[in-house]
Amino acid sequence: MSHVIPYIAAIQEAIREEMERDERVLYFGQNMATSPEDPFLKQFGPDRVRVTPISETAEIGMATGAAVAGYRPVVELYMAEFLLVATDQVVNEGTRFHFMSKGQVSVPMVMVAGYGFTAGWAGQHTGSIYGMFMGVPGLKVALPSTPADAKGLMTTAIRDDNPVLFFQNYLLLLDEGEVPDGEHSVPFGVADVKRAGSDLTLVGTGYAVRTALKAAETLARRGVSVEVIDPRTIAPLDVDTILSSVARTRHLVLVDQATRHSSVAAVIAAEVAELGFSSLEAPISMVTALDSSIAYSKPVEEFVLPDEHKVIRAVEASLGLAPAST
Amino acid sequence: MANANPTDGSAPAALDAKRLAWMYTQMYRIREFEERVKSTFTEHPGILRGHTHLADGAEASIVGSIAALAPDDQIVTTYRCHGYPIALGTDMKLMMAEIYGKATGLCGGLGGSMHLYDVARGFLGGSGIVAQAIPHATGAAWAAQIRRQGQAIVCFFGDGASKQGAFHESLNVASVWKLPIVYVMENNHYQASTRTDQEDANAAHGEPLSTKAKAYSMEGVTVDGADPVAVHATLADALARARSGTGPTLVESLVYRLSAHGNLIAPPGVPLNYPEHEAIAIFGNREEYEAALRGDPVPRFRHRLVTEGALSAEDADAIEQAAREEVDEAQRFALDSPWPAPDSGLDYVYA
Ligand SMILES: Cc1ncc(C[n+]2csc(CCOP(=O)(O)OP(=O)(O)O)c2C)c(N)n1
Ligand SMILES: [Mg+2]
Repeated sequence: MSHVIPYIAAIQEAIREEMERDERVLYFGQNMATSPEDPFLKQFGPDRVRVTPISETAEIGMATGAAVAGYRPVVELYMAEFLLVATDQVVNEGTRFHFMSKGQVSVPMVMVAGYGFTAGWAGQHTGSIYGMFMGVPGLKVALPSTPADAKGLMTTAIRDDNPVLFFQNYLLLLDEGEVPDGEHSVPFGVADVKRAGSDLTLVGTGYAVRTALKAAETLARRGVSVEVIDPRTIAPLDVDTILSSVARTRHLVLVDQATRHSSVAAVIAAEVAELGFSSLEAPISMVTALDSSIAYSKPVEEFVLPDEHKVIRAVEASLGLAPAST
Repeated sequence: MANANPTDGSAPAALDAKRLAWMYTQMYRIREFEERVKSTFTEHPGILRGHTHLADGAEASIVGSIAALAPDDQIVTTYRCHGYPIALGTDMKLMMAEIYGKATGLCGGLGGSMHLYDVARGFLGGSGIVAQAIPHATGAAWAAQIRRQGQAIVCFFGDGASKQGAFHESLNVASVWKLPIVYVMENNHYQASTRTDQEDANAAHGEPLSTKAKAYSMEGVTVDGADPVAVHATLADALARARSGTGPTLVESLVYRLSAHGNLIAPPGVPLNYPEHEAIAIFGNREEYEAALRGDPVPRFRHRLVTEGALSAEDADAIEQAAREEVDEAQRFALDSPWPAPDSGLDYVYA
């Protein structure tokens, strides 16, 4: 059995259920629980649910400290860019403790950060900055594209004994989807085949999964069978599922809303080039954002971002198809 | 080009009738402009994207501060940045076009509402990330100190911003280096939907936020930000200290924002609008909000000038009429302007 809820509600559902299951789970951040009517505050009380000042360094650092001291904090950061003011706390503190202490310390915490608000939020609030965090040993990074994965990955994130950066996409917040009833978790490091296909493998990351699925659907109407893969977590990254798909399709296109050199696409391309080179019949193609900041004005914003049309062009080029007139 | 302030900024001179009228004009122009931005959400749905933050309620603080500047002084602000350039003399047409995302905008539609710049008039920009422009202002003050031309910097930010390390780190170094800077914290009693007493140690203990100045051994002043004359006097003093090398000042200017923090935050497809103020929407405190409306600094200043005889009712009406016409023209210009070329997004990545 399942129920249909928006992406954002699925995330909240996971946090609520984990807080019910485990009283060590804390939930805090800015501009939340400011009124006594707040549902989390009402259900779990002010010891476990708190509003914080605009102090990301303290918020993330305190999550780290509370985790070291035995709790399982979830810190709500809203936009991913806000955690950049506390980059040390994200990449160079809690992520190192387990290793440096020879396993004495573990830091079970979740940082929730929204990304990619490419709806006129302009230069400082629209970035797809997840790629910056995928090479940090000790840090896990989740990047759900559907309500079911959002809930399942959040459940796993809260139960994980390591710092987890959970990226939610701002454009997907109200997207509805089926979420399994009852306890639902999605393992880290296991990619999901969102659409099966045989001619070409298309890997999307986060929001770009939606772009990839749209392109695959359009191409299907032309008789082109595209397999769409969603890695779901980018650290750990499930390279095997991608390799075995490419072994069948022999063609790989990657879609990512990050700029080319800080994209997950670049990392996947390198892995497949090294480990799956003999499978490939055409060069790997990356459809990413152009190397620029995101403009406020819509036509300029759209110009630098990957879209269905750009993905279709890349697929056509990879398969040697004549471009369809659109 | 320097800013359009008619004063020479050299002394905290008494404000004569002409300068008071200038101040009222700027306050009214800002209000009229912001109301038009706000009504765009309903009158021209889809034009405004992302997030806009209005300064309604803070006009007296903005204009009182800008009125104390000398022509070569510079300012740094936040994302709530429409008011300052208007008072500095930036063409409203270019501002509206920027906020509408048009090619003719102040920044060609690349920046938008949160990212205005007019460097020629001393507006060095701001940041959409809370408090992160405070160090930029502090660096500009260092540059002014090195240049030794008597320039000073005014750095505007909100109450919430004073909870960031960037604020504390900047005030400390500015005090140690005696930088020519005035930090103007516009305390509107909220950071988005959090009340100041829920997140600020001073407020929680019933103390003014200017208390923070003590930690950095600098002058700290709290002023009624609804009174442009009081703000002007406070800034004039603080700027004189800054220029003389005595050091920086933290001014806490008490204001009340009359709109919600910003427009609705929603994915594309959901019509954007301005929700009710958080006092009502989150805290159910309609009285607080209505009291603030009754104290609206714009009509209050008009009333005062007219009662004191500094401005006739006819002149005040004429100022308001001219502002409406100016905003009409700015809006027409913005609506009629073309969109930027899509590939202009690649033009300014590197200098
Ligand atoms: C580092 C950072 N954290 C959070 C935000 C989200 N945010 C934008 S404005 C704002 C409130 C700021 O309040 P205040 O400094 O009082 O200024 P006001 O908006 O009231 O003028 C917040 C939390 C941000 N932009 N940057
Ligand atoms: Mg505020």
